[in-house]
Amino acid sequence: MALNADTRGARPIHPLFAFLLSGAVPLFLCALLGDITYGNTAEPQWANFASWLLVGAMVFTGLGLLWALIALIFTRPRWGWVLLCFVLLLATFVLGLIDNFHHARDAWAIMPAAPILSLITTLIAALAAAVGLSTLRMRDVK
Amino acid sequence: MKRLLALAALAALASGCSRNSGPDPVQTGGDPQLPDPHRGLLPTMKIASPAPWGDARPTVPAGYTITAIATGFGICRQTLVLPNGDILVAEGKGGGEPALRPKDVIAGYIKAKGTSSAKSGNRLTLLRDANGDGVYETRIVFADKLNAPFGLALVGNQLYVADQDALLRFAYTPGQTKAAGPPVKVTDLPSRINHHWTKSLTASPDGRFLYVGIGSNSNITERGLAVEIDRAQIWQIDAATGAHRAFATGTRNPTALAIQPGTGQLWATVQERDEIGPNLVPDYLTSVRDGGFYGWPFSYWGQHVDPRAQPQDPKLVASAIKPDYGLGSHVAALGLAFSSPALGPQFAEGAFVGEHGSWNRSKPAGYKVVFIPFRNGRPAGAPIDVVTGFQGDGGKTFGRPVGVTVDPRGALIVADDLSNTIWRMVPTARSPAAEAPTRPTQPPGKQTQQGSKAPY
Repeated sequence: MALNADTRGARPIHPLFAFLLSGAVPLFLCALLGDITYGNTAEPQWANFASWLLVGAMVFTGLGLLWALIALIFTRPRWGWVLLCFVLLLATFVLGLIDNFHHARDAWAIMPAAPILSLITTLIAALAAAVGLSTLRMRDVK
Repeated sequence: MKRLLALAALAALASGCSRNSGPDPVQTGGDPQLPDPHRGLLPTMKIASPAPWGDARPTVPAGYTITAIATGFGICRQTLVLPNGDILVAEGKGGGEPALRPKDVIAGYIKAKGTSSAKSGNRLTLLRDANGDGVYETRIVFADKLNAPFGLALVGNQLYVADQDALLRFAYTPGQTKAAGPPVKVTDLPSRINHHWTKSLTASPDGRFLYVGIGSNSNITERGLAVEIDRAQIWQIDAATGAHRAFATGTRNPTALAIQPGTGQLWATVQERDEIGPNLVPDYLTSVRDGGFYGWPFSYWGQHVDPRAQPQDPKLVASAIKPDYGLGSHVAALGLAFSSPALGPQFAEGAFVGEHGSWNRSKPAGYKVVFIPFRNGRPAGAPIDVVTGFQGDGGKTFGRPVGVTVDPRGALIVADDLSNTIWRMVPTARSPAAEAPTRPTQPPGKQTQQGSKAPY
């Protein structure tokens, strides 16, 4: 197997980091769905759901960001990929925070920006997860 | 570095909400200036930081004296002066809705810092000054086991109390110091969620009807329209049967009601909506028209549409009545009492308004009792500061006025729900020597050079 060519670089991604990276994505995605449904119904409970889902997404993103920062300090191989993952997570965190604050507005005051913010955040969170999870494969190939 | 930049950008965004350049618009009187609505990323919050009065006292106009006649209440809100001069104090804290959003958790924690931590008394306390020397030497619990009582009204020998969930009636005979028994329920009042829990109360001049102010269940429908049924209204309740009808609607939080002497007209102070800027929307004082719609939630100050309430109702907006008199944005009017010539010529005709003070504005507003002069039965002229000095330097807050009541013998009673004190302002000339020690017209903090200490 190619794996034993470079055992140091081939260490698989830690399952907890993988969990944090991928866990944030469906939470942001569900917030987006909640926003869209609020836009269609003007029923505030959907916006409330979105608010709480965004809080959950921020817990995952925040811990993932912390993990990526530590990895940035201690990782030698594939440092560039770790940096990219960190930067994308940071962007997710900042956008997610703005989205959280935005959802603290009352009733229709969150429209129309809420679904737009949630969409952008979801996409960047997915990209961050893709980059973070793909490090294993990149090392594998080597 | 990127993170620093991002944080800086975030801070800049967040500070976008406090555009404090230039003078504040004039928002008192019949035609307040209304800027465009705006809101930054974070709502502005500036919470009163409670501090003990110490040697400080509220400031009153020259020729008047103010004293604390009682303190240590379970949060005193409104008072009622009985025909024999006794004062009833309603004590309690209602509401307590569950947090629905992450914001409610955070805002609830922050806002609690600016209010009294005393436990809800849920009772009426009677204060008596038997010999008229201005010292209320008797203090008796008139009735307890109530549920956050707020509004009080006496009609003949019936004492009405508006709990946060019901209108109650006690039999009352002059001189009585304790209720003879438990109250009779006149009618239930809307109490589900009870975001704005205070139930203000007054009686029609003939005593046939009671008017109860019921606040909205949200700032601006963020809990949905379904929970706003029977909210943001002033009810007219038949005293004999308990039957009610909506006398006026669209009054977001009608916190105090009073009947104008002479005309018999119902007036109300109403707290308006938040989170569209430090200068929107002015709280108001208005005569209340039978069947009138006052805007909430769809519009404010007449036809200024608030798109936060969906779906909109253009027909209702078209019918919205402009209130009579703006009090200023976020002053949080909570008390209303028409004056009497016994309070001196400068307060002969008009209304006192207790302003609890803002929490969502970088420059505090309210935190005082003002007098709105009237001429020919209508508001005429700018508000006059009557009791001030509730805040000291650096945001230190000693007290927050709620209910104001005029004692026809010539005194203004002010309930302060932060220091849990009942204040009594009287014209100095009429005041017996025992009341003299407090210092009129001196701002707090500059009083150390003054002599005697008032018993607080």
